Amino acid sequence: MELSTQAEDSKYVVTVMEERIDAAVALSFKEAMRRATEPAGEIVVLDLEKVNFIDSSGLGALVATMKYLAPDRTLVLAGMTPPVEKVFQLTRMDTVFTLYKTREDALQALKD
Amino acid sequence: MMAIRQNADFGSFRPFVVKVKCTDGAVRNALAQVKQGLARLDMTPDEAAAVELVMAETLNNVAEHAYPPGVVPGPIWIKCAHQAGGLWVEVIDRGLAMPDGRAPRGAPQCIEAELADLPEGGFGWFLIRSLTQDLQYDRVGHENRLQFRMPIGGVPAR
Repeated sequence: MELSTQAEDSKYVVTVMEERIDAAVALSFKEAMRRATEPAGEIVVLDLEKVNFIDSSGLGALVATMKYLAPDRTLVLAGMTPPVEKVFQLTRMDTVFTLYKTREDALQALKD
Repeated sequence: MMAIRQNADFGSFRPFVVKVKCTDGAVRNALAQVKQGLARLDMTPDEAAAVELVMAETLNNVAEHAYPPGVVPGPIWIKCAHQAGGLWVEVIDRGLAMPDGRAPRGAPQCIEAELADLPEGGFGWFLIRSLTQDLQYDRVGHENRLQFRMPIGGVPAR
């Protein structure tokens, strides 16, 4: 699972570089997220702009990542495409995660 | 078994069957083939997303529970037809039967829990049940047969 990382002030942005977070990659996504967020500070912004499909395994991997980062670090999500948003709405996980339309919105809202 | 009418008067969409062997990569492969088969069906982006999600959850369940590690991977057939009521799908495999001979109810997960207790799984059947209608599961001989309907693609009037 390919991720790209970037430090923005005190925020740490992780961008998923693949189009699918599904059962085939859920495990490697979780592992890649652990490695990628090692240097992260308090807030990790996960940019999902390139992701056009997520299934329940992928959703589970996001929940697992949020739990893993807690309590010291918070995971927020940005850039959800409509198919991804649909899964979050149906499962009501949109009420569990903090969501931003774009990574820029997230960084603006979370400014120190 | 679902009756597939060859001369349905619903535009250029023709019923089709996708068959894959349930090995690594089979689900993505099957989804791509189904997507191709459905390309001529007039769906909104939201409907297309719902179909892909339901298909993915259904096939992941087959891969995980019908052909779990230790069971020889067998075939999966996916039949799609567009008729009155929308898209009719039947998924057939020759793996292990569903527990108690029934398809799971797919109750919503409790997400009001503390972070540490949030569920990381169990969303699959909830999503399938939420997005389908007339879902029926039968164990016929050595086969699992799951069929359902999705009211999409410009549901034609009878």
